[in-house]
Amino acid sequence: MVKALVEPRWLVATGVILIGLLLIPFGAPLFYIYILSVIFVTALLAMSLNLVLGYGGIYQFHHAVFYGVGAYTVALILTRTSLPWWVALLAGPFVAAATGLIIGWFCVRLTKLYFGMLQISLGSLVWIIVYRWYDVTGGDNGIHDIPMPEWLTTFQGAYYFILAVVAVCVGLMFLLIKSPFGATLQAIRDNPQRCEAIGINVRHHKLIAIVIAAFFGGVAGVLFATLERSVFPGLLFWVLSLEILVMCLLGGWFTFAGPLLGAAIVVALRTVASRYTDYWTMVLGIILILLIFFLPEGVMGFIQERAAAKRTAPHPQRVEERSGS
Amino acid sequence: MLRVENVVKSFDDFTAVNGAQLTVADGALVAVIGPNGAGKTTLFNLIIGLFKPDRGKITFDDKDITGLPPYEICRRGIARAFQIANIFPRLSVFENVQVAVFAQQRQSRNFLQPAHTLARAETNAILESAGLQHKARHIASALSHGDQRILEIAIALGSQPRLLILDEPTAGMSPEETATTMSLVKQLAQTRGITILFCEHDMDIVFSVAQSIMVMRHGQTIIQGTPEQVRQNRQVQEAYLGGADA
Repeated sequence: MVKALVEPRWLVATGVILIGLLLIPFGAPLFYIYILSVIFVTALLAMSLNLVLGYGGIYQFHHAVFYGVGAYTVALILTRTSLPWWVALLAGPFVAAATGLIIGWFCVRLTKLYFGMLQISLGSLVWIIVYRWYDVTGGDNGIHDIPMPEWLTTFQGAYYFILAVVAVCVGLMFLLIKSPFGATLQAIRDNPQRCEAIGINVRHHKLIAIVIAAFFGGVAGVLFATLERSVFPGLLFWVLSLEILVMCLLGGWFTFAGPLLGAAIVVALRTVASRYTDYWTMVLGIILILLIFFLPEGVMGFIQERAAAKRTAPHPQRVEERSGS
Repeated sequence: MLRVENVVKSFDDFTAVNGAQLTVADGALVAVIGPNGAGKTTLFNLIIGLFKPDRGKITFDDKDITGLPPYEICRRGIARAFQIANIFPRLSVFENVQVAVFAQQRQSRNFLQPAHTLARAETNAILESAGLQHKARHIASALSHGDQRILEIAIALGSQPRLLILDEPTAGMSPEETATTMSLVKQLAQTRGITILFCEHDMDIVFSVAQSIMVMRHGQTIIQGTPEQVRQNRQVQEAYLGGADA
């Protein structure tokens, strides 16, 4: 009894949504096209974090570093060299993955919170280099007016480019978590010690996962650079890492699409909230508190739980709450 | 097949295993017995590489495996089921076993093929011999304690081991679950030819199933021999069988 990878109705739903998204630029105001582009980029960033966080149980507390590295790679290549634009866009994810390999190589020696603390430290090291090395990175000024090909400088052009890249990346990530590697990663999340005992080199698998997540984080960074045509040190500051962590928790970190939803909610709220207040992070903090109390499995986790409860009526198949740390 | 020679392991100033000796012949059903705290679980942890011995030597198929990491020892053909149900709680029963099969088939770094089409036959065969096939789609954490312990053994089988180590396979089980588990263990030994090393508190089970019994006390091996030899050993009678722990 072989089940299909995706149920037909989900395939249809995804198709309909994609067609809808393709049509949006024909009617929507530019501002909404731009906000949607930001949501796609942020969603890819959050989903790449969730590969290691939700599926690997790895406390990647400073994921924004790879986002920033991807974006800065594009900016530096296009402003300091005469290489063509596509080389820069391709280089971004690979430089981010290499950074992931270096940081991850040290971090996989530790587990749980210790992993997270070391990752914040090493990530902050990268941030401080970018922040203070004025000659190369422009320091806290960042780099602006990054030259891009004509078609990418319009809101519509950037929108379609970002939509296409994000769709491909999300597809690849979906295949990844449904692969034997993805299954093994989830087993490592559930019980690393048992994994060692069944012949899995846990550190090695974690490192591979971190490099892959850094790669997709780098893709998101590249997309940010193409959309905004400027980069600044805030892209790899820990506050952003916290924000994407909240997106994963808010959307549901044990679901595939949860972080996408979380990113959409956070970006939308930030857009609205910053009209009224300068203290956006305070709003974020309140969301986090409410989340911990009322939706520990996130919005998507909550919806899935409800759906499962409806399907199996009084059957207590609820997945047991696992302690976080 | 497996030889443990003079193995010593201390934690801070407590010596958990102090010169243990064990021989497991190919195809045998070997039991390790001893009072609580005798060092049985530590000995098993040393064999599968969770701990490194301070001294002594462990060989498997005449090759030295002392101090190798657990995944390496598993790949050589030793699998272990744990005393507590040590499963993957958020995965389905099927996936719990399948992940072990992937690891055994060196598929765990396969990135792009859909997992649900792979290793199905192997996984289903294991679930069937463990009697879990009708619960294949249940989430592991929702199983009963007894079923979780059986799943624990099924995960170990996923590694296609030649030597299976069971740490008190029937602890905390009802009499029916105990009977099911022990018949599973016997069936594995007889039909699949898996060598089995286990420890167990229930002396009736040990003396009815095991072909060879090793007795431990204070981390040391008192004797290893046939059930009859062990029963008649005076030291064993004083130390264990006649004692309050039996």
